[in-house]
Amino acid sequence: MLINMGQKLKVVETEKTKEDGNWFYSDVVKDHFFNPRNFLKDKNAVKDYDGYGDVGNVLCGDRMDMWIKVDKKTDKIIECKWLTWGCASAIASTSMLSEMITENSGMKIDDSLKIKPIDIIKRLGNLPKIKYHCSVLGDQALRTAIYDYFKRSKQHNRIKEGVQ
Amino acid sequence: MDYAATTYVDPEVKKEIDSYFTERFGNPGSFNYFGLEAKNAVNDARNRIAKILNADSDEVIFTGSGTESINLAIKGVARALKTKGNHIITQKTEHHAVIDTCKYLESNEGFEVTYLNVDKYGLINLDELKKVINKRTILISIMHANNEIGTVQPIKEIVKIAKKNNVIFHTDACQAAGYLELDVKRLGVDMMTINGSKLYAPKGIGLLYLKKGVPIEPILHGGGQEFGLRSGTENVPGIIGLAKAIEISERIKKTECKRLSKLRDMLINGLQGKIKNVMLNGHTKTRLPNNANLSFLGVEGESLLLHLNEEGICAATGSACTSRNLEASHVLLATGLKTEAAHGSIRFTLGRKTKEEDIKKVIRVMPKMVETLRMLSPIHVD
Repeated sequence: MLINMGQKLKVVETEKTKEDGNWFYSDVVKDHFFNPRNFLKDKNAVKDYDGYGDVGNVLCGDRMDMWIKVDKKTDKIIECKWLTWGCASAIASTSMLSEMITENSGMKIDDSLKIKPIDIIKRLGNLPKIKYHCSVLGDQALRTAIYDYFKRSKQHNRIKEGVQ
Repeated sequence: MDYAATTYVDPEVKKEIDSYFTERFGNPGSFNYFGLEAKNAVNDARNRIAKILNADSDEVIFTGSGTESINLAIKGVARALKTKGNHIITQKTEHHAVIDTCKYLESNEGFEVTYLNVDKYGLINLDELKKVINKRTILISIMHANNEIGTVQPIKEIVKIAKKNNVIFHTDACQAAGYLELDVKRLGVDMMTINGSKLYAPKGIGLLYLKKGVPIEPILHGGGQEFGLRSGTENVPGIIGLAKAIEISERIKKTECKRLSKLRDMLINGLQGKIKNVMLNGHTKTRLPNNANLSFLGVEGESLLLHLNEEGICAATGSACTSRNLEASHVLLATGLKTEAAHGSIRFTLGRKTKEEDIKKVIRVMPKMVETLRMLSPIHVD
């Protein structure tokens, strides 16, 4: 017996679910999950990137690799490619983050370092509370990739102490 | 295809109980016409179930759920026998209703619990069981069939060991009820739990078969219903529905087992044939006819569920991403499965309305989903 897909269910909230969040995803999350933007289609095509970061591990249930390309003149991220093993929240968060930093001809590196998980969650039209931690991974992967770029381009002064 | 989560109510069952919500609404405890009518109906249901279980009718205790039945069995017997001993034996892939009840008794009431290991198929080792039984052992609780991987434990063998050592034996038969032996004499069990919501009966009804002479204390106190073991006004429609549902499932058990085993194997073989790196979890042979649990390596289960849901297919996963505590399935991990493979597990459980065309659809649509998700994944499985 399969579901009749003509039926769309609306989420019914209680005080408790408003506080804890529920399991249901927003349309934006679903859109990014089913149509992920900027993921690395060809795994061999990442030769001329400027920064790379990988975070997470499979034991925790998610793992992410990220590659960025930087326009040195404007100090903007012009390309961001990624691969994610994880749940729909992790995939949608990474996809949204990659869009946020590359839209409108790219985001300044200093601005993209200021992106917080909550900024991604807001753009996604919220995530279930229990899934907030999934959006942290993208933010960390991006930071790691940017710091990798600083190291490669000998801009060590831009690497902040205590931040990986 | 998530029948192990719950079933719909069989229309025959619904028809039989409808009038007990409206016209025949009496409280079996009332001394009047309606009360007697309800009491008769409950007694009749008890007799019918006892006949199927090959038990006496006063050995059937109705509860509010499978979980409550398990709590009554374990806490009830443990507390009644606490002067005799304080050791309980269970195993690692039990439902949380068993594991968490045992943990509660460990941390709050001074009981010691042994959680037996399982092999890669989810089977316990009988020699290990023999070894851990000691003079203080008062209760063994081992499920008949597992709810996640469908592995069927050798209950009759386990009962022999329990009997030889004079230890009371309980089995959680919630998943087994529609498919395996229910005759308590042939099984030899002292206590057995059954749950309506897995058997095409309404939700909110369960039962405990309790052999005469087994020492037990109630966990609910009040009006003294169910021979003083489960106070609370009887769920009359639920009780009648459970009786009808068990009768129906016994009637069609043989043909359903045959039909579903065929569909289950078709699903497993079809998916393993069409998609690379798909592992079967649980036993190849001694498993429930309606259970197929597969790990799609390199893919995370929640993502796969979302894709399946979009195609109108309901399933379940042992991935941490859908659990409340964000931990991967304790059942899959107990079988020695790597965390990554546990995260990539999907459980299909078939039921009465599952048709061959449904299985074919899953086999048709899944390869693309897995391919899409593997394309996004930084983990290489080849």
